[in-house]
Amino acid sequence: MARMKFICDAERCIECNGCVTACKNEHEVPWGVNRRRVVTLNDGVPGEKSISVACMHCSDAPCMAVCPVNCFYKTDEGVVLHDKDICIGCGYCSYACPFGAPQFPSQGTFGVRGKMDKCTFCAGGPEANGSQAEFEKYGRNRLAEGKLPACAEMCSTKALLAGDGDVVADIFRNRVVKRNKGAEVWGWGTAYGSKQAGQAPAKVEGAKKS
Amino acid sequence: MKRISLILLSVGALTACGEATQTLGTKNDATAFSGATNSYVEAGWTAGNKTSWEQHLRTRAQYGQDDHSRAPK
Repeated sequence: MARMKFICDAERCIECNGCVTACKNEHEVPWGVNRRRVVTLNDGVPGEKSISVACMHCSDAPCMAVCPVNCFYKTDEGVVLHDKDICIGCGYCSYACPFGAPQFPSQGTFGVRGKMDKCTFCAGGPEANGSQAEFEKYGRNRLAEGKLPACAEMCSTKALLAGDGDVVADIFRNRVVKRNKGAEVWGWGTAYGSKQAGQAPAKVEGAKKS
Repeated sequence: MKRISLILLSVGALTACGEATQTLGTKNDATAFSGATNSYVEAGWTAGNKTSWEQHLRTRAQYGQDDHSRAPK
C-alpha cells in the first residue's frame, strides 16, 4: 500500500467545519483543543478560499526530527504517531510543525502535564487496537476497524480526501481534469515533498542565468 | 589478531552506514490490519490479512470519496 495522505480541495471546501466537529466527536477531544481546523484565506473577500488543516503525516516529519525524547514513530502506512507515555510536553514539535498540528490539552487523561495531542489519522496509538486505554489517550482507531478518518468520511462536499495516496491523488486528478481549474493542493509539497501544479520550479545552485 | 581487528572495524564501518530506525523503542504498536478488539469493526475484510485490509480501504476511499465515479453518466 502507498502512504496514507490527506488532500484538501480548496475549490470545494465551504468552511462548514463538519470535519472539525466529526473529529472532536469521534475522539472526544477536550475543549480548547482542535486536532483539525478550517483556515480561510482572504476571509470576506470575493474568491476567498478555505482549507481544512491538521497533521499531514509528513514524509519527512519535522516533529520526529526535533523531539528530544523520541516519542514519535511512523507506521507502515506512513502515519506519524506518538507515545504519550514518553512525551514530556516540551512543545518543540509545535515549533517545528509547518501546519500547527500539535496541541497541548491542559485537562483530560494527562491533566495539566500537557502531553502533546494531534491528529492520528484515526489510527490510535501504541496501545491495544480498539482498547479503552487507546481511546482515552489517542481516540478511536478507525483504521483498525477498516474505516478511513472520520473528518474525510464526514466531509459534506468531499473537499477533504483521506486514504491511500494513490487513490486520493487519482480522485483529485480526475476532478481537476473535469473542472479544468484548482489543481493546487495546499500543503502537499510541504508535507510530502513532491512538486505540485502551480508550484515554482526549484532553483538549482550555480545554474546559469539566461 | 589482525584479522579479527579488521572484521570488527568493517562491522563498525558498515553499521555507521545504516539508516536510523523509525520504530518505537519502548512500546510497539499493533498494525492496523490486525483489526480492533471492539464491536465497531467494519465487515468485508479479514483481520490479520494485510491485502484484504488494503483492498477494503481502497474500495471504501473510492466509493465514499469519488463522487464522479458514483454520479450517473
